[in-house]
Amino acid sequence: MSYQDKYEMVCGVETHVELATKTKIFCACTTEFGGEQNTHVCPVCLGLPGALPVLNREVVNLAIKAGLALNCEIAEFTKFDRKNYFYPDLSKNYQTSQYDLPICKNGRLEIEINGESKSIGITRAHMEEDAGKLVHSGESITTSDSSYVDYNRAGVPLLEIVSEPDMRTVDEVIAYLQELVQILDYAGVSDCKMEQGSVRFDVNVSLRPLGSRELGTRTEIKNLNSFAAVRRCLEYETERQAKVLNKGEKVIQETRTWDDSQGVTLSLRTKEEAHDYRYFPEADLVPLKIDPEWVERIRATLPELPAAKRERLKELGLSGYEAGVLTSSKAMADYFDRVMQNYADAKVVANWIMGDLSALLKANNRSFEDCPIKPYQLADMLKLIKKGDISGKIAKTVLEEIYTGGKDPAVIVKEKGLVQIRDQDALEKIIAEVLAQNPKSVADYQGGKEKAFGFLVGQVMKATQGKANPELVNKILKEKLQIAY
Amino acid sequence: MTISKQDVEHIALSARLKLTEEEIKLYTKQLDSILECVDLLEQIDTTDVRPTAHGVELFNVLREDEVEPSLPQEKALINAPETEHGFFKVPRII
Repeated sequence: MSYQDKYEMVCGVETHVELATKTKIFCACTTEFGGEQNTHVCPVCLGLPGALPVLNREVVNLAIKAGLALNCEIAEFTKFDRKNYFYPDLSKNYQTSQYDLPICKNGRLEIEINGESKSIGITRAHMEEDAGKLVHSGESITTSDSSYVDYNRAGVPLLEIVSEPDMRTVDEVIAYLQELVQILDYAGVSDCKMEQGSVRFDVNVSLRPLGSRELGTRTEIKNLNSFAAVRRCLEYETERQAKVLNKGEKVIQETRTWDDSQGVTLSLRTKEEAHDYRYFPEADLVPLKIDPEWVERIRATLPELPAAKRERLKELGLSGYEAGVLTSSKAMADYFDRVMQNYADAKVVANWIMGDLSALLKANNRSFEDCPIKPYQLADMLKLIKKGDISGKIAKTVLEEIYTGGKDPAVIVKEKGLVQIRDQDALEKIIAEVLAQNPKSVADYQGGKEKAFGFLVGQVMKATQGKANPELVNKILKEKLQIAY
Repeated sequence: MTISKQDVEHIALSARLKLTEEEIKLYTKQLDSILECVDLLEQIDTTDVRPTAHGVELFNVLREDEVEPSLPQEKALINAPETEHGFFKVPRII
């Protein structure tokens, strides 16, 4: 039995996204990922006494940009606050964040579920600093007697985007997250490298009896870093809560952690939990006033966002599915647009990008971001097909050649002698030979076996190493076969 | 008295301070007098005064997004009581 027979899920998500700046939020240390431990640090991000933070202008620009992309109101007045708690990944014992006056609020984004559109509210988005990284020595967290701290990540700018508890199924949650990450990727506010932890999710989830309008007690599961982890975690947690409720017990409001290897959520409660963040204004930073001109300046830099792009692709004659796949990453969508500049047949371009080119990149573990085949080269190859210089089959070989050697398609076709044989006389000669060598198939075809025709075409192609123009081969073959042998 | 012994104990726990009974008594008294002093401010009519977030009338102090050198690792770690392999070493968490 599934929880859905008796209960409805209510879920909201907090998304932490690293903003794509060169330097940290309050100091000039680099935000570059990796780096030897504790080498991207300075007195400010180490929280040394007397060091003073100064806000990075680009953080504000990107926060405004993200807010606009998510249809938020941008605050005219905003400030930072201290969120106090003790944990060694915070060098200052407080995180500089925003409390009551976040930079963005009241936004929304649209998701599509089973062909229907649904609006998910964005409560707020605020700027804050990332924490350092803890590395545990020994076998596991619980057996090691000490922890190591690397503060390279401390002070990397984050935007925390808080959704309304608007999602009712796991599919809706995943659709929301995919759309959100896509929008942030398109807007260029983050590199969105999930595998490097550029985007992390905290989910708040509760169940309520079907038909009930009241909210049940929720749990919060922190620090999920992939869509797959969110899905598995929610599937587990909803069933766990359903079991608790079915026994007549109450769900305890608490923070839990997702153990990916065991596939379970675990309570993080300790007796000292009772968090009291004691937020208060950060006196080391002055408040921000954002005038409408600043907002408009940023709005002018917003590129076409995924929803608009999907619509445009559909207008070009592509299906909803094709438009969805092509816009799933900004790099792929940009690639499509660039090929289209030189070869404006959307269906054909889409087929090659989604089919052979995607497969080729996947096989080589690469993405459209670093695709060795330039968009103009793909366009040139498509022109060669259209002109009849090469067949679609030969084109697959050409594509691989461009991929490995980087040469332009026309050069490859010439060097490798891949140009189609469209010479009627030459083909007639080859076909005559093929027919002479296969009297049985000829007889079969003339006796009514249609299949034999395909075999004969295959033999002609084999004899020409696939270079014969298929239409011409069909035509000549048919003519010759009508003459009784 | 506007502050109770329980309040002081809660504040001490939040700040991870371990106080003796005597200290709790002393700080309760001291914090109480501070709050009394702050209460004086309540007498001022602030009807037309907007809430402020900062003591200085200054806004939008910003830096450009340009990288400057960080500290070398040995300097970053110089004040740490314990280090290992270039990390700060702290007692086990959780």
